[in-house]
Amino acid sequence: MAKQIQHLDRVAIRFAGDSGDGMQLTGDRFASETAILGNDLSTLPNYPAEIRAPSGSLHGVSSFQVHFAAHDVLTPGDSPDVLVAMNPAALRANLADLPPNAEIIVNTDEFTPRNLEKVGYTSNPLENDSLDGYTVHRVPLTTATVAALADLDVAKKDAERAKNMFALGLLSWMYSRPTEGTVEFLKQKFAKKPVLAAANVAAFQAGWNYGETTEDFAVRYEVKPAKLEPGTYRSVNGNSALAYGLAAAALRARLPLFLGAYPITPASEILHELSGYKRYGVTTFQAEDEIAAVGSALGASYGGALGVTSTSGPGLALKTETLGLAVMLELPLVIVDVQRAGPSTGLPTKTEQSDLNIALFGRHGEAPLAVIAARSPADCFDAALEAARIALTYRMPVILLSDGYLANGSEPWLLPDPADLPDLRVEFATEPNGPDGTFLPYLHDPHTLARPWAVPGTPGLEHRIGGLEKADRTGAVSYVPADHDLMMRLRAARVEAIDVPDLEVEDPSGTARVLVLGWGSTYGPIGAACRKLRERGVSIAQAHLRHIAPMPKNVGAVLASYDRVVIPEMNLGQLAHVVRERYLIDSVSYNKVNGQPFTSAELETVLEEVVRND
Amino acid sequence: MTEVPVKLTAKDFRSNQEVRWCPGCGDFAILSAIQSFMPELGIPRERITFVSGIGCSSRFPYYLNTYGMHSIHGRAPAIATGLAVSRPDLSVWVVSGDGDALSIGGNHLIHALRRNVNLKILMFNNRIYGLTKGQCSPTSEFGKVTKSTPVGSRDTPFNPIALALGAEASFVARTIDSDRKHLHSVLRAAAAHEGSAFIEIYQNCAIFNDGAFDVLKDPASRDSVLVRLEHGKPITFGGSGEKCVVREPRGFGLEVADTANVPRSEIIVHDETVAGPAYAFTLSRLSDSDLSNTPIGVFRRVHRPSYEAMVAEQNTSARAGSTESTPDELLSELLHAGNTWTLA
Repeated sequence: MAKQIQHLDRVAIRFAGDSGDGMQLTGDRFASETAILGNDLSTLPNYPAEIRAPSGSLHGVSSFQVHFAAHDVLTPGDSPDVLVAMNPAALRANLADLPPNAEIIVNTDEFTPRNLEKVGYTSNPLENDSLDGYTVHRVPLTTATVAALADLDVAKKDAERAKNMFALGLLSWMYSRPTEGTVEFLKQKFAKKPVLAAANVAAFQAGWNYGETTEDFAVRYEVKPAKLEPGTYRSVNGNSALAYGLAAAALRARLPLFLGAYPITPASEILHELSGYKRYGVTTFQAEDEIAAVGSALGASYGGALGVTSTSGPGLALKTETLGLAVMLELPLVIVDVQRAGPSTGLPTKTEQSDLNIALFGRHGEAPLAVIAARSPADCFDAALEAARIALTYRMPVILLSDGYLANGSEPWLLPDPADLPDLRVEFATEPNGPDGTFLPYLHDPHTLARPWAVPGTPGLEHRIGGLEKADRTGAVSYVPADHDLMMRLRAARVEAIDVPDLEVEDPSGTARVLVLGWGSTYGPIGAACRKLRERGVSIAQAHLRHIAPMPKNVGAVLASYDRVVIPEMNLGQLAHVVRERYLIDSVSYNKVNGQPFTSAELETVLEEVVRND
Repeated sequence: MTEVPVKLTAKDFRSNQEVRWCPGCGDFAILSAIQSFMPELGIPRERITFVSGIGCSSRFPYYLNTYGMHSIHGRAPAIATGLAVSRPDLSVWVVSGDGDALSIGGNHLIHALRRNVNLKILMFNNRIYGLTKGQCSPTSEFGKVTKSTPVGSRDTPFNPIALALGAEASFVARTIDSDRKHLHSVLRAAAAHEGSAFIEIYQNCAIFNDGAFDVLKDPASRDSVLVRLEHGKPITFGGSGEKCVVREPRGFGLEVADTANVPRSEIIVHDETVAGPAYAFTLSRLSDSDLSNTPIGVFRRVHRPSYEAMVAEQNTSARAGSTESTPDELLSELLHAGNTWTLA
């Protein structure tokens, strides 16, 4: 039977199953096939906080969403158009996210009375009317997989475990994905166990054939490649992009990179990644606690390395005293905060933007420093370079804010040519700079207000620094009132002296009267919402802050030129507070603090309402 | 290029800062002893760095004409670890006190020791908080009356030597502020040691705990309480050696006996290099807060590779063949490693 081919502009697919069903791998493979085809895409995994949740239970459900399109993609997709549910738990946990008419592919083999009971189904949803309104494909994934592998000498348990590849094969057929990459991947993954390699490849092909031959699947879809820039790509999530960015910054600065870190969700992956970069001049140190992590990084910076520490909110709280010292010592330091929902332990695996206040203000005394934020997984690379640039140029700690949504989300990234990246080379002090051959460790550059970086080992420049207040130029301990006054103002002025590009506004119509201002990971959903509004003829302007301390010089003027400024944040209004305090702008806040990222649909509704009421 | 031999004097290690400790403070003697010892290292001044925490002792770096950092309370070992790991060419010293090292910074101290970071850690123990004006410290005697313990402390003190040994320290020693010759001998052994060296220095606080160690200094009493440890020599003390250290009849400990009543062969011969820490630990328990039978000298000195040497070895092996690449070539290699795809 000839299958009907239908062209789609975009699709979001969610693979969901038990933690042991291999959904992350399945989703990742589908994303790789999609990337090679040339679609733009964005992915987001969702897995339980528990390491080994009970099988078949609701909280043991693991899922992976892939959003791909014939144009550029800004988010992993609000709601999936297709759900692959490997068991009743996966169906139950994800059904509420589906729009009407969504397609559901279920593994009927797992819908046993016992499994249904485990997740509280009193009757089988495949047999009652609860799935009316969806297109349900009932596939015996497990038995079909086992049957397909009957001729292979493979244990039944291993055959059953290959059902995720059957599902991948079926979805690959449905969406006309290339298969060679997955076949090659499976052969390599199971290189030491040829039987399992053969079994998984056979299951994958059986899934493809199932789609091709079964009447249940009457339609095949195609999503044409997007117009992406030519070049070499790789898939990155926010944490891996950040690790690349930090390594790149150090190489472009011609400095060794030193990472001091203590394991913490969702930032640990940065430590894992960088610990594998020894070859590229990276040293990682898993410290005894968060305080030692930042302390060791500061010690390394003092010695002439690019010192970095990575953490999440609870860790940042512990590091604050050392950040005060770093401000006092006027040494470069990068602090990465991959934000999670707080306070306290909060929701470690869920996302939030609620550390802006602690980043800006969370130190004793007045200890100003630079704060910047990344806006997409791949942008974490550029943000890391920018954090390093500020730290090295202005000799100060820089807090780089990422979050759980960026850390786990992934997207294709066009690899840059290293020569095109910023030149971050620094000059260490090597000669006396004061009268009579003396060295003045706190003689500040008139433009950057940075002090000389004289690293131990430099003859003739021996000097002492510390947390006590000091005199300008000599750096000698000083309790003189005027010295403290001067140094306080100087430290604040150095942050304001940072060269920051102007805030750019995107308003294709040029007639928008409402501006939506964001920062951090909300860039994707805000951008997608604005795009949908404009497609419907609604004018809206979008601006997104990379630099929050200091703010770009034109922010006040930009904000003042609109009737209304809307600030969506995954907190209870922290940026809005700063904007009101700084620019006397009474912005409209839209806040979400349920541990979930914004959907573009909800922002579309909110923004449209503001525009209509303007 | 061969290095020009360095001939420095104590004066070269004095900074231009006015020393601001209280008159009679033991820190003066320690500062002077260290300034006179430093030339012996034969290391140029610029390659020496002192890192301190907070407290009276932690003002130390300001007074030495080397590189120095006066950091935050308790954190000196952590900061110094980052410096030492990234700069194995430096000689890094940590100056700390009993409150700084054992209370607020206890965690960093034990982890630096177990890692065997190449730090020479000088812990000035005056058994009191000086800079905050006289509260009890983690080494204050049980029952001590201080500003914060008006009817006597209920805290059992740390035995710093035992603590360091429990933290896997490879070099542990004790000395006294006023005994420059002994201080020098301990510093010399510490400087020659690979990895962490922990040195407890009994130090007098003239204002808040004056005379705490007088029993160890007074010519009339010191010989009967000071147990001078010398590698390879039987442990005897008491002026004419009338007391000695022997095994306890029960358990695994050591105890003091009258030399006259003990066969020569039963007197413990001090061995700094015993592999396990148990011997040094039992030695550390000879004395209590009352300072009776106080051993000074090197308790333990065993060889373990330093942390930074092992880190450097991993880095070197990972970088094999990368030296001819430029930083940009290395970056390109890093970014292109693993799964990539190309769109035309």
